[in-house]
Amino acid sequence: MHNTSPETEIRAEKSEARLPIFPRRLLWPLVALSLLFLVNLLISPEFFHLEVKDGRLYGSLIDVLNRSVPVAFLTIGMSLIIATGGIDLSVGAVMAIAGAVCANLMVGGVDNLFIVVGGGLCAGLVAGAVNGGLVGYFKIQPIVATLVFMVAGRGIAQLINGGQIVTFQNANFAFIGVGSAFGLPFPVVLLVGVLLCVHLLMRKTALGLFIEAVGCNPKASYYLGINVAVIKFFVYCLAGVLAAMAGIVATADIQGADANNIGLWLELDAILAVVIGGASLLGGRFSLAASIVGVLIIQALSTTIILSGIEPKFNLLIKASVVILVLLLQSERFQTQIKTLFAMCDPRDRHNVGRELDGL
Amino acid sequence: MPLLELDNISKTFPGVCALDGISFDVHSGEVHALLGENGAGKSTLVKVMTGVYARDSDKSNEGEKSTIKFCGQELSVLELASPANVQKLGISTVYQEVNLLPSLSVAQNIFLGREPKKFGLIDWKTVRKNSQILLQRFNLNIDVTRPLADFSVAVQQLIAIARSVDMSAKLLILDEPTASLDTKEVETLFRILSQLKSEGLGIVFITHFLDQVYEISDRITVLRNGRKVGCFKTSDLPRTTLIQHMLGKELQELAQREKPDPLKQGVEDLRDAHLRLKNVSVGSTLTNINLDVPHGQAVGFAGLLGSGRTEVCETIFAITPHQSGTMVYNGKVCKFKNPGQAIAASIALCPENRKSEGIIGELSVRENIILATQVREGWWRSIRKHKQQSLSKQAIQEFGIVTPDAEKPINQLSGGNQQKVVLARWLATQPKLLMLDEPTRGIDIGAHVEITKLIKKVCAEGMTVLVTSSEIEELVAFSDQIVVMREGKQVAELSGNDISEANILAEITNA
Amino acid sequence: MAFRTFNILPNKRYMPLVVTTALFFLLFGIGSIQFEGFGSTRVIANLLTDNAFLMVTAIGMTFVILAGGIDLSVGAVIALTGVICSVLIQHYHWHPLLVFPVVVLLGLIFGAAMGVLIHYYKLQPFIVTLAGMFLARGLATTISEESIAINHKFYSRIAEFGVNLPGNAWVGASTIFVLILLGLAILVAHYTRFGGSIYALGDDAQSAELMGVPIAKTTIGVYAMSSGLAAIAGIVFSFYTFSGYSLAAIGVELDAIAAVVIGGTLLSGGVGYVFGTMIGVMIMGLIQTYISFDGTLNSWWTKIVIGVLLLLFIGLQKFLGSEVLFKRSPS
Repeated sequence: MHNTSPETEIRAEKSEARLPIFPRRLLWPLVALSLLFLVNLLISPEFFHLEVKDGRLYGSLIDVLNRSVPVAFLTIGMSLIIATGGIDLSVGAVMAIAGAVCANLMVGGVDNLFIVVGGGLCAGLVAGAVNGGLVGYFKIQPIVATLVFMVAGRGIAQLINGGQIVTFQNANFAFIGVGSAFGLPFPVVLLVGVLLCVHLLMRKTALGLFIEAVGCNPKASYYLGINVAVIKFFVYCLAGVLAAMAGIVATADIQGADANNIGLWLELDAILAVVIGGASLLGGRFSLAASIVGVLIIQALSTTIILSGIEPKFNLLIKASVVILVLLLQSERFQTQIKTLFAMCDPRDRHNVGRELDGL
Repeated sequence: MPLLELDNISKTFPGVCALDGISFDVHSGEVHALLGENGAGKSTLVKVMTGVYARDSDKSNEGEKSTIKFCGQELSVLELASPANVQKLGISTVYQEVNLLPSLSVAQNIFLGREPKKFGLIDWKTVRKNSQILLQRFNLNIDVTRPLADFSVAVQQLIAIARSVDMSAKLLILDEPTASLDTKEVETLFRILSQLKSEGLGIVFITHFLDQVYEISDRITVLRNGRKVGCFKTSDLPRTTLIQHMLGKELQELAQREKPDPLKQGVEDLRDAHLRLKNVSVGSTLTNINLDVPHGQAVGFAGLLGSGRTEVCETIFAITPHQSGTMVYNGKVCKFKNPGQAIAASIALCPENRKSEGIIGELSVRENIILATQVREGWWRSIRKHKQQSLSKQAIQEFGIVTPDAEKPINQLSGGNQQKVVLARWLATQPKLLMLDEPTRGIDIGAHVEITKLIKKVCAEGMTVLVTSSEIEELVAFSDQIVVMREGKQVAELSGNDISEANILAEITNA
Repeated sequence: MAFRTFNILPNKRYMPLVVTTALFFLLFGIGSIQFEGFGSTRVIANLLTDNAFLMVTAIGMTFVILAGGIDLSVGAVIALTGVICSVLIQHYHWHPLLVFPVVVLLGLIFGAAMGVLIHYYKLQPFIVTLAGMFLARGLATTISEESIAINHKFYSRIAEFGVNLPGNAWVGASTIFVLILLGLAILVAHYTRFGGSIYALGDDAQSAELMGVPIAKTTIGVYAMSSGLAAIAGIVFSFYTFSGYSLAAIGVELDAIAAVVIGGTLLSGGVGYVFGTMIGVMIMGLIQTYISFDGTLNSWWTKIVIGVLLLLFIGLQKFLGSEVLFKRSPS
């Protein structure tokens, strides 16, 4: 235990040069995504077809990106919340509230885009603060605390909308959902910008480290002087704002606020994306990039199913199978079982098998 | 023939060898005490006996076999696979913390899993009646339909014991059963234990109350650092010898006390005190602690497990803020509300329980080292990557942390190296007051010596240091002042030439 | 001597139950005063009939939550059961009495499989049952995307069966069935070792294991039971709608969870009553009835009121729970 063998010293020197830029975590989600692309390459090469129309790129790939945007916004927030060991069921409903606030501000005669968008974001912030307050300060289980807004949120959105689907005419606001910039759909550009900001906020300040510390070991974090309650409060607030952003994009896209359907069940997709990205629901390390890859996998899967000519009714079934497979692959016991299975097939290793089976 | 016989049992956790080839046996009709300091391996041994942990599998190449025999029969892996299976054999256990279900009623707790039935349904009337009768044996006259959490810890402990006594056909294991009981309750318990003993039950008894050991036990096995020191007949073992066995003598090289620095001796002016506690109390865990620590002194806290050593540190660090009395730090009255404020005032604490309170397991060595410094800097000003790397590299070299690289998750390191990381973390914040709670607990001998050297070094550099330790030699080696604790009170202070192992031992034992 | 009880109040464990029941009567009272015809046996009977399938689902959910888990798949299982029933009856001409045991068995297997993933592979119940939800919904869509009407003599005969009560109320077969099931569930919860194991598991899994509770059997059993009950709920639902539709019962899992929480069960497990869940379902039904009687209020108020109720009960439990916590570690 106490040997500084030459070997370890050499290894120590080698690794000095290597910075942890490329998280190992990203590997498997990327492999999965590449596999999906490979399938597309074989069955429907038109998936990769891109063309430029009116100074904007079009094609299935762009489509996948564009459709991923709302879930991706939710996923950024959800990654951070899950990293603290929490969960937020309310983000879908918060999308609806934010959409309703924006739509009604515009219908009510507010033309200033900043006020409209700001109003929507504020609504998200308030919802996030309520969640964060319940979880951080009142120490209520996250799943219960956010269930309140998940149930009541859509009711509130409908209340704001007066039970109607509120449609509006506002070219500026609509641009957020359907416009384009730098040859890409505007939502994609917006997402990349926000993702970059959150990433910088997490990794250029110590916030990301504190979040991971709280998620890994809240008690030790408290002994270290980290204010655990504030960290939790903050991530729920941020997730609320990001959910509002998702709601604004979705509302702008259809130019109407539909309290019943905007963001319906998207919280589940977001949680799924984070899990596919390799995060543990118990909290700890997070990787925004891996989570975003998770989102792309979910979206690319749906698009692939459509393109491959499989009837859309199989969509859910395939999604379920993929999820269960991913979950199993992350389970330690399953990994051991697979290894044992391989070992049994390999004659050279046979004498080790018995021992491993004993361990099960 | 022994009732239960363990032979050559080892148990390793990642990085720590908790049990190293332990043999242990209990006969019918005897009380066998299992003693040792914190981290000696008592609880681990109990958990191996009761099927909570699986012992390490035999290393076939070494040709040594580990066995667990009960009533002469060797137990298979399957029989030891779960606590439920072991219970069925007739071994029942009361664990250190009350391991009952707080929301369930007392009666439910006592009969869980073995409720009497009538027409296939649980017969609650009999359950209630029988639990009442059972508890009356323990002089407990309580409403058994109330949830367990309604009762005090002492009553809960008695209920746990009652459940085990009622279940145990052959062997009863009690892990620190008396920690929360008062004298009368202990008397009742011992009366019942003697009765069970005469009925032919085997009893394993773990405690840190030595009086109780001498009162009830027939034999004593002492463990230290996962190894067995020996098995003794209680009547043949003098108390001082027992304590010496428990506390160990391994660090002979450190036992010589260094001559106190003459410069340091002069400044014992109380106005210059760095930290002063005046009548500080916390509930029933600490009563009237008075302490004067001049700048740059090292104060050692001696005492057995549960004597209040840890609580003093946690109170100063505001993990459990003091309820009465005053604390003066740097000439100012301080009442910190949380550890954050204490850290801001340049106080640092290496907690006793490294795994749950010290390290952040999934994070890397580098992150664990810089975290405390980062918390002091605030969340906005992140320490630059290259600064982090140089800091951690420096710490790894300076403290001799054995790790392939700084990016390795800390939970993959050995206990001793984890402890060095925690030390490095706090020293990186350049604290004025450093508290080390059992800094050498549960780590291997090599790291032990190194950490002790480090402590001596920081003392020599003039930092004010508070250390709690079960290793008396260690305390003697570097303390300017020793506070002996017992049952949440300070029972003696030693300084200058009074500091010697013999004196400290005398104060600890002298109950 | 050691007579150290701290508590003189009535048993605190029943407090949420008492509050829930009182709330139900309060709401019922307000409705009766405000509207003519509200305070009748008929309203109560309709509450039971309309919410029969939710009641069955919520009973299963109560057990899962008591054991410290959660089951998001129940709504999808209801839909899947309905689709399988209608296909077997309409397309394959099986007799319903043969179909029912088959679908309930399928439900039990489905739940047990989720339980295996949760216990042996140490996966989170939330995410496993979420996958289960996708799987069940996906299977239902795969079998049939269209709604299939059930046209069978047995169905119409059972649907016509019922008992007249005074006050122009009528209690149908499904209501009677649900009430019997409720009685059975209470028996299981409080008069069997399995029930005891469920409470123990939810209260403190580690202690429960040390006390010899069969963790694997209990975990798998409780998810099997939840899915089995969801399958039964699917059958009850098919009597209500006379059809099987893959998109039916969306979001029922949320209603069930809400009913459980309003019924006074702690979402962290170990504390709660099946009876409370029944009251929880009735309260949610009552709010809907109230809003439909009122006529001026919109239906979205239902959601908001339920949300507020949830918050209220979480607060209440927090308040009671903090006291429990304090007593657990007096120092």
